[in-house]
Amino acid sequence: MSRLTDKNSVIAKEIIARYPRQKSALIPLLHLAQEQTGYISREAMVHLGELVGVTSAEVYGTATFYEMFRFEPIGKYLVNICGTMSCALLGAHELMHHAEKRLGVKAGGTTQDGMFTLAHAECQAACTEAPCLQVNYRYRLRVSTTDLDKLIDDLEAGKLSEEIPAHGVLAKVRQHIAPDRAVGAVAPELVSEAPAWLNGKAAL
Amino acid sequence: MVKRQGSVMSATYAHAPGFVAGDRPKIVTSRFEFADSFTLERYLATNGYKGLRAALSRPANEIHDDVKSATVLGRGGAGFPAGTKWGLTPQQVWPKYLVVNGDESEPGTYKDRLLMERDPHQLIEGCLIACYAAGLSQCFLYIRGEMALAQERVAAALNEAYAAGYVGKNILGSNFSVDIILHWGAGAYVVGEETALIESLEGNRGMPRLKPPFFPAVNGLYGQPTIVNNVETLANLPWLLCNGVAAYTAVGTKTSPGTRMVAVSGHVKRPGVFEIINGTTTFRDLIFGEEFCGGIRDDKQLKAFVPGGGSAPWFTADQLDLPFEASQVGPAGSMLGSGAVIVMDETTDIPAAALTLTHFYAHESCGKCTPCREGGTWLERILRRIVDGDGTDADLQQLLEVGAMICPGDFPHAANAQLGLTAVPFPYKMTTICFVGPSAFAPVHSALTLFRSEFESRVTKRVTIPVTAVSTAKTVMPVGAH
Repeated sequence: MSRLTDKNSVIAKEIIARYPRQKSALIPLLHLAQEQTGYISREAMVHLGELVGVTSAEVYGTATFYEMFRFEPIGKYLVNICGTMSCALLGAHELMHHAEKRLGVKAGGTTQDGMFTLAHAECQAACTEAPCLQVNYRYRLRVSTTDLDKLIDDLEAGKLSEEIPAHGVLAKVRQHIAPDRAVGAVAPELVSEAPAWLNGKAAL
Repeated sequence: MVKRQGSVMSATYAHAPGFVAGDRPKIVTSRFEFADSFTLERYLATNGYKGLRAALSRPANEIHDDVKSATVLGRGGAGFPAGTKWGLTPQQVWPKYLVVNGDESEPGTYKDRLLMERDPHQLIEGCLIACYAAGLSQCFLYIRGEMALAQERVAAALNEAYAAGYVGKNILGSNFSVDIILHWGAGAYVVGEETALIESLEGNRGMPRLKPPFFPAVNGLYGQPTIVNNVETLANLPWLLCNGVAAYTAVGTKTSPGTRMVAVSGHVKRPGVFEIINGTTTFRDLIFGEEFCGGIRDDKQLKAFVPGGGSAPWFTADQLDLPFEASQVGPAGSMLGSGAVIVMDETTDIPAAALTLTHFYAHESCGKCTPCREGGTWLERILRRIVDGDGTDADLQQLLEVGAMICPGDFPHAANAQLGLTAVPFPYKMTTICFVGPSAFAPVHSALTLFRSEFESRVTKRVTIPVTAVSTAKTVMPVGAH
């Protein structure tokens, strides 16, 4: 059951077809597996290996390089508190201490009810809005300890489920290229000449 | 919201947190005032895709020449001119690819995310112009994994642009055809390095490749010539094509034309992201100017600032009057990098501040090069025990010795009148493939060079303790997958 569903397998094949080499689709497909289950199971990695034509060990090799991929279940909400310089200068460590107390877990831990995983994160590209955090990769900016308490309350009460999907879901919009608009993957072995528009003339 | 700050106007928008508009030329942020700036409808109503139409109305080589003569500098970190970069690919090898670097993650940097979230069509149009001008047959737009909203906005914009005939087969009915493929990462800073980005795009662990032979322009994605350009760099192209080279070079200076996006964070009154005039705006303008940050918080004294992202050697008040001009900042001992200024006031605990950055780079080391993998970790451990009050008098020298194994010779640093220091120009020598290793040392070196007394007062033990395999730190931060 942790292999990709039929519906996700169709999405996976559409993604794979865009690349000149199938393995290029691996990271987007790992995200798809994580979206389906909240983490990446061994069965999913075997399936992805079959889909892109590499061994499951190669899939595992790639997956373990990247911090966003999880290999066991975590909380429904992953709270990533930034601790890099701009945030640290404006109270990130205090925010983390407060979060640890409020949730009753240390950074890296998951609450017993499976709702929250608290993590120390590195720079999230919101440095002017320090200290910042992400919940399932959705931003909260200039976060005070009071803001954090309110955020946890709201998440527990289910008030933010519209805005913040469960862990694993990133973009809620997928790219879709209609077949009649697609150029198709341009593989090195398919092309040996300069593109048509490089003929010294204007294209329009 | 439009506010008057002294004699100048500046505006902020709830839909673009952090961004501060001013009475300055807007090349890449012209649509940020609109809440719906990411839609095709708004884009078309505000000169959208006119640059593409202008480009396709002329031969591709002329467009490449325009980008060369406009000296559009790379906005990712190295500052290399985009037109020159495009010209480095071999003439007889096809196909060639465009890879867009939207993996923004340099500490202090916040601009590409805004450009992707607020104006995705501008980026798409920039990609199309680059592909047309440089003869690139497929484009891969690599967005940082943690940026869910940017991925969503770019995906939606691509779907709109495909449907409207701006991307894909026979663009605007011409013989120009190119797909733009949205790709996204999964959390690894090093992937911002262009050869690591290509490895990651091939589905591998994101480790940098050795140059030579893997110069992307010659041997990049799938072994083919590949141009890797930063998001902001490409976002400049639609305006350039709409308004012409003369209008572009009329802003900024001859060697640094146009504008650039700069994020100023840390201990200032009004942190923000600004589109500034390149080459002339100084660090003093940015940190103290009323139209920018308005000075240090609580009117405290400036202690130091990072001028160009976490990798950059630090400056102090002595360098405030330097402009955003690479030819002046480099000889002064640092770099402009990714347009990120981090300000520290007099209350800052310097060793602890340096530790946050050294921890970052040690954590983000991919592990390929020994000096970075081991050295970065050593630097972090030694620095942490100093911060924790367990340092020894031998530690300060050991920090410099470990650093010298990553970066042999004199490490770049700024001049300082009070300390009697003269500048050592940027860049450094390095024993690693990429800059992650040197970046772990940069904050340590800057902090130790400029504020040695703060380290000396933290060193309590007068005995030498060897670096242990297991950290004895009191303030352990969890280290992730690599």
